Amino acid sequence: MASVLKYRAWPWLPLPFVLILLGVLALTAVQRRRYRVLLGVEILRLPAVREQGWLRRALRWLSGARTWRQAGYHLLVGPLLAVVELGVFAAWVAGLAGVTVNGWAWMLPVQVRLDHVDYATQAVYYTAAGVLLLCAAPWLTGPVTRAETRIALALLGTSRSQQLQQRVEHLSESRTDLIDAVDTERRRIERDLHDGTQQRLVSLAVNLGLAKATLTNLPDEARAVIDEAHREAKEAIAELNDLVRGLHPAVLEDRGLDAALSGLAARVPIPVRLRVDLEERAAPTVESIAYFVVSEALTNVTKHARATRMDVTVRQIGRMLRVNITDDGIGGADTSTGSGLSGLAKRVGSVDGTFHISSPVGGPTTIAVELPCEP
Amino acid sequence: MRAVIAEDSLLLRVGLVKVLEMAGFEIAAEVGDAEALLAAVEEHRPGLALVDVRMPPGFTDEGVRAALVIRKQWPQTAVVLLSQYVEERYAADLLTANTSGVGYLLKQRVADVEEFVASVRRVAAGGTALDPQVVAQLLVRRRSDPLDRLTPREREVLALMAEGRSNTAIAEALIVSDSAVAKHINNILAKLDLPAADADHRRVLAVLRFLGASPT
Repeated sequence: MASVLKYRAWPWLPLPFVLILLGVLALTAVQRRRYRVLLGVEILRLPAVREQGWLRRALRWLSGARTWRQAGYHLLVGPLLAVVELGVFAAWVAGLAGVTVNGWAWMLPVQVRLDHVDYATQAVYYTAAGVLLLCAAPWLTGPVTRAETRIALALLGTSRSQQLQQRVEHLSESRTDLIDAVDTERRRIERDLHDGTQQRLVSLAVNLGLAKATLTNLPDEARAVIDEAHREAKEAIAELNDLVRGLHPAVLEDRGLDAALSGLAARVPIPVRLRVDLEERAAPTVESIAYFVVSEALTNVTKHARATRMDVTVRQIGRMLRVNITDDGIGGADTSTGSGLSGLAKRVGSVDGTFHISSPVGGPTTIAVELPCEP
Repeated sequence: MRAVIAEDSLLLRVGLVKVLEMAGFEIAAEVGDAEALLAAVEEHRPGLALVDVRMPPGFTDEGVRAALVIRKQWPQTAVVLLSQYVEERYAADLLTANTSGVGYLLKQRVADVEEFVASVRRVAAGGTALDPQVVAQLLVRRRSDPLDRLTPREREVLALMAEGRSNTAIAEALIVSDSAVAKHINNILAKLDLPAADADHRRVLAVLRFLGASPT
């Protein structure tokens, strides 16, 4: 043992292991191709490691169990299987050789035949052994191939349930991306309207207001037209403001849900009591959805419920954000597909939140929404 | 009186200049962001700054923060903030630091030129002007407190007081007599348990309690 350690090349001993480890991806690709070409077996491809930056990607790859399963296959299981398979191959060759011994024994060199003078009698045994081996070889080959395939599938590929799990992860990731994209789009539309149309409308109303205030010597008809235009411009501003306010107000991003909700509640023509009790700010997407829930619910109540008062409470319970909206209206809220409420339920569901509504005919209506603070 | 205007929308800036000039202000500078606003106020020391809340680079509350700086560093400059939407949170920021020489109004109020000019003059003279929308937002947060003892009419009067209006202006808005308004205000002061002091101070205290900014 000591002499082996003194051997100058010993630091190089791990080199093949390192090379195999580095070559795991290439070796797996070779094996995958071999199984497909020779056996028609498709080893399911593993999904690529998704991580930012090559170093983190490399570390994640190195720390993954599947990487070491593949390395184990290439380093240990594969060579062992090769030995077993070599044995099976040997059985075929020996079997064929035994069966055909009478056909080729005369071609052997004279010296060999002289050494085995009684080869004619031995040939009977060889032939019998060859027949036995040839009968046994297929019985060996089948199970060995199947076992090898199964091991390769387990170590190099991915199982159906793992694949489903990966698919679920991928889907939930892409769903989060989609929700974020919707959110970003709403912000963009809000910003565009704020910087463009809203300023233009205000400017129009201001100019009409100036005309009204300064052009005092116009005929009555002209003054009436200016008055009408002035009023309509102001109404257009108010309508657009209400619409845009429901999208994504700047104050929501800036000061959070608590600050943004009073602006919504104050726009409703019936008295609203608002209570917000949050220890910390939730994720932007969640804040945005909670805001949307309250916005839609307030609109719905104003339009349909004939309520005289509303209560909105927002509380944080553990890692959940709970929004409760109650009104004393006539109840019987429409929750069918395509209604505003079903849209709400979908938006809440998109971050794994829960949506409950109780709205018996005659009222009152209660909407209870729970959202995870971090989606 | 000289005025500085900060508004990033060029189109609206032109309109604001016209309105202020009509009201007799001399426009010392027009700028498009908060940094330029502070520089302009430092240079011109105007009596009034008319400021948009949402300006570059962040497009959130730049105007509010600039207003707080202006009121602190140049107290002789009154600030009227304009915004597409008013937020009670920003109003609270403004009012906890100042109760005079500040205004916070929706942009669309500028279109009612005469009323707007009256509000701006009031603020320039050291008064306050709060948009009714801000007052409405504060109302939705009211908790169970002495305010609940007020009648709806008294609450209306208090809301108008909070906007910064005089007794006469409140009487005009509600179409009642001056003496009726005075009676309502006395009832309000009594119901809010405000200490007997000079009338103006009690009036300010009532408004502060209404706005939830009062420490008492």
